[in-house]
Amino acid sequence: MSDLPTRRDEAWRYSDLEAVAGVWPVATRTHVVAPGETLVLPILIDGDADSVGIEDHAIEVGAGARVEAQVAVTGGRLGRVSLSVKLGRGAHLSLAGVIVGGGQETHEIVTHVTHAEPDATSEQTVRIILGGQATGSYLGKVAVARGAQGTDAIQSAKAMLLNRTATANLKPELEIYADDVKCAHGATVGELDAQALFYLASRGIAPAEAKTLLLRAFVGGLVEENSPFAAAIDKALERVL
Amino acid sequence: MTSHMLNISNLHAEVDGKAILKGITLAINPGEIHAIMGPNGAGKSTTAYVLGGRPGYAVTEGSVTFDGADLLEMEPHERAAAGLFLGFQYPVEIPGVSNLQFLREALNAQRKGRGQEPLSGGEFIKLARAQANELGLDPEMLKRPVNVGFSGGEKKRNEMVQMGIIGPKLAILDETDSGLDIDALKTVGDGINTIMRRPDRAVLLITHYQRLLDYVKPDFVHVLANGRIVRSGGPELALELEREGYGAIAA
Repeated sequence: MSDLPTRRDEAWRYSDLEAVAGVWPVATRTHVVAPGETLVLPILIDGDADSVGIEDHAIEVGAGARVEAQVAVTGGRLGRVSLSVKLGRGAHLSLAGVIVGGGQETHEIVTHVTHAEPDATSEQTVRIILGGQATGSYLGKVAVARGAQGTDAIQSAKAMLLNRTATANLKPELEIYADDVKCAHGATVGELDAQALFYLASRGIAPAEAKTLLLRAFVGGLVEENSPFAAAIDKALERVL
Repeated sequence: MTSHMLNISNLHAEVDGKAILKGITLAINPGEIHAIMGPNGAGKSTTAYVLGGRPGYAVTEGSVTFDGADLLEMEPHERAAAGLFLGFQYPVEIPGVSNLQFLREALNAQRKGRGQEPLSGGEFIKLARAQANELGLDPEMLKRPVNVGFSGGEKKRNEMVQMGIIGPKLAILDETDSGLDIDALKTVGDGINTIMRRPDRAVLLITHYQRLLDYVKPDFVHVLANGRIVRSGGPELALELEREGYGAIAA
C-alpha cells in the first residue's frame, strides 16, 4: 500500500506523480458511521500554487446511516481527494464535489463506492471548471456486490473548459453483480455558452462578471452560499478567469 | 460633426465570409422611432447584431457613431453602458441565474459605468416589480431562471421589463413582435411607447410586419433588401408594403 503509485494504477493515471512523490506515503483516514447515524464530511483543498494536498478517506457506513460529503478542490499544484465508501443495508452517500483549476494545476476527485448490501443509495454530483493548462479529473467507481438488490446509484459529472488547453477526465464506472439495481451515470465536457455570454454583455455585464455569473450557476446548488466553500470557489474563479 | 444619436454610414458586414450588409446608411435622431422592414434574408437581424457587437459579425467597411463616439470600437458591454439596448428575437435561456439577479447585475454594471452608486436590493426589487406589473409579466417570473421555461410571449415581455429597468437611450428591437398574440403585442407596443417615446430617446424597430407599427407609430420606415436600404419614407410606406408586398417595392 505504501508503494509510490504509478501511471499503471488506474486511480492515479491522470495525477501529478512527481508532486505525489514529495508527500508519499499518505495516511488513510478511516471513519465508521454507526447504524442510523449521519456523518457530514466537508473537505476543502485550497492550498497555494506550489502546495500538494492529498486526502484519502475510507468510510464504512452502517445500516440506514448517511454520509454527506462536500468536497471542493480549488487550489494547489496537486489537490486530490479520494473516498472509499462501503455502504451497508439502506445506507446513503451523497457527494457534492467541485473542482476549480487553472495554470498547471492537477485537481482530482476519486471515489470508490461499494454497495455491499441491499437498498443502499448513492448520489455523486461533480462539477469541474478548468482554465489554463489545468487537469481536472473525476474517477468514480460504483461497485454493486452480489445480492445488493435495490441499489440506487447516480453519478453526474460535468466539466467546463475555459480554455482548449485545459484537460478534463471524467470516468464514471460501474461494476454490477446484482440484477435488481438502478445505476445512472452521465458525463459531459463543455464550454461556456457563447450566446449566453453575448446576451449578458448586451445588458452591460462585462466579460469577467458574465463568466463568473454563468460559472456560479454551473456549480450552483452544490455549495451553500456564504460558506467557506463558496468563498474558496469565488476566489479560485477570479484566479482562473 | 452631427447631432445624430446614431449615424450609420456605408456599413458593410459579413458573417462566415459571406457579405450580408452591403452599404447601409441611416441616421437616427433623439426622439425618433425608425422601423426597418424587409423580406427574410435581407440583413435585418444582421444589422441588429452588428450594432450590438455580436462576435462573428465582421464589419468590413463603413462606420457607426453613437452620440459621436465610434460604436464599432466598443465591446458589447460598453455599447450597453453607453446606452444601447438590443432586444433579441430569440431571448437566451440562462439556467441557474435568476431574472432578478441578472437584471440587478446588468443595471448595477451600467450604473457603475456611469459613476452612479449601485441600487440596494430593496430599491431594485421595487423597481423590477413595478416594471413587471406595467408590462403584464407575473412578478413571480422574476424569481425564475432567465427565460427558462418562459413562453414566447413571456420572453418578449421579459425583454421589455429589462428595457424598462435599464432605461436605454437607443433601443434596437429585433422582431420583438414575433411569437406574440394580439394581447401581448398590444402590451409590448404600449411598453415600447411608455419607455422609449421621449425627446431624449430613440428606437430602431426591426420587423417583418406592419401590425406592431399599429401600436408603435414610426416616424420613418426603411425597406431593407439584399443588404441595402432601398427605400425610405413615412409610416405610409409600411402600409404600402403590407398591401403590395416586398417584391414590388424592393425591385
